[in-house]
Amino acid sequence: MTISSAFGLNGRRCVHAVRLVGRSLLFLGEALGYGFVPPLKIRRSLEQIVFIGAKSLIIIFLTALSTGMVLALEALHMLRGGATENILGALVALSIVRELGPVLSALIVTGRAGSAMTAEIGIMRLTEQIDALEMMAVNPVKHVVTPKIVAGVVSMPVLCAFFDVVGILGGYFVGVVIYGVPETHFFGGMTKAVAYLDVAGGLFKSAVFGLAMSWICALMGYTAAETAEGVSRATTNAVVITSIAVLVLDYMVTSLLL
Amino acid sequence: MIRIERLCKSYDGLVASDNVSCRFEKGKITVILGGSGSGKSTLLKQLVGLERPDSGKIFFEERELTGLSRVELYEMRKKMGMLFQGAALFNSLNVFENIAFPLREHTRLAEPVIRAMVTMKLEMVGLRGMEQLMPSQLSGGMAKRIGLARAIIMDPRAVFYDEPTSGLDPISAGVINKLIVDLNTAMGVTSVVVSHDIPSSFRIAHRIIILFFGRKIAEGTPEEIRGSEDARVLQFIRGEPEGPIPFNRTGKNYHDDILRVP
Repeated sequence: MTISSAFGLNGRRCVHAVRLVGRSLLFLGEALGYGFVPPLKIRRSLEQIVFIGAKSLIIIFLTALSTGMVLALEALHMLRGGATENILGALVALSIVRELGPVLSALIVTGRAGSAMTAEIGIMRLTEQIDALEMMAVNPVKHVVTPKIVAGVVSMPVLCAFFDVVGILGGYFVGVVIYGVPETHFFGGMTKAVAYLDVAGGLFKSAVFGLAMSWICALMGYTAAETAEGVSRATTNAVVITSIAVLVLDYMVTSLLL
Repeated sequence: MIRIERLCKSYDGLVASDNVSCRFEKGKITVILGGSGSGKSTLLKQLVGLERPDSGKIFFEERELTGLSRVELYEMRKKMGMLFQGAALFNSLNVFENIAFPLREHTRLAEPVIRAMVTMKLEMVGLRGMEQLMPSQLSGGMAKRIGLARAIIMDPRAVFYDEPTSGLDPISAGVINKLIVDLNTAMGVTSVVVSHDIPSSFRIAHRIIILFFGRKIAEGTPEEIRGSEDARVLQFIRGEPEGPIPFNRTGKNYHDDILRVP
């Protein structure tokens, strides 16, 4: 390979990458913009909230409960004796509210609802339903994508809040009920250590993850190759990319909030 | 009614439309014929504005489509109906809601009016009583009839059909052909049909256009096309394996290929 062709190849890759980022941002801008243009698709958004939010409650409940329980168990084990009783509640609550709640709930919802989102939109494209919307003078981005993005941003913090509560109850169950830590110590330490900003910051992160999830998953479905294989590849990519994005964004947003 | 002028479109160097000009007369059925990869579906997508041509003009009722904004294009689309190859019904909605969809999106009609209009269109396609079925419960032919009912619910002035009879049994194909003709005579709509089904096309068409590798090679009434002396046209309408389009599409020498040492 000559030097000039190496430059050419890298240049083309850069142009391709820039174009991809640009298209993705335009897609997000369009979808968000239609959220404010009447007629608003409120009913469609509510349906999506039911799908992304309400139907994820059971799996979030189970994950949160086991996370809280394991967290308390490990803490009790590692800090045997000493000041365990005083800091157990604070430790469980802070870990869950600040990090585990937003991140784990986002990862689980991505696996459950984000993948379905990509597959649904990909199949709508494959079976010409997106073109059919266009032909009926209905904007497919506004009709299909915007409600999903609205639902992602609304549902994710609510699910995260639910995760926080259930997780703390899981820690309470192990610490207080099983290991006999005094209830006043558990909750006393917690209320002293957890600030309003810890909770609000966690929920804010969760809203960012919700936006990232619905954006990436919808975009992957919308741009999927119009074959069965294309849709399956898009679904896998959507889950992988969203999961990585959640972890990277977690670091970025946390560093901004601190 | 619909007129295209010197339309060109290519994908990554592959020519799909090569300088195509033609007219689709008001109230007539025009069939665009061509083999797979002849660019007929691409032409249809350009006609309705789903794809933008690289160059050339498209006039729909004297308005030029290619330069329109999205809002203006959507206004024009309300005068168009389209039947997709796979019917493109929404999986999550039942038959009634599929047909009522454009009405709910674009009008504020009362529920009884919507019900009456849907019932009328269902009667037209002969499937009244199937309102509550889901698309997954329909056969291919029935799904296309429902798709047609949805395409005409807004009383369009032009209806576009993408391979309406492909994949259907002869009776279902006959039903679709009858519906295309009925709709044309009853509502006076301009019909544009993309197809490779020769018997159906010659039965329903007022005019036929034949595409060959993106280029228009013949245009005329079914009789004129049958009397054509163009070898490409004759091979296509008779379905012969050998002719100007050769059976063997590989360029390499067979002997060299088979004796090649890896």
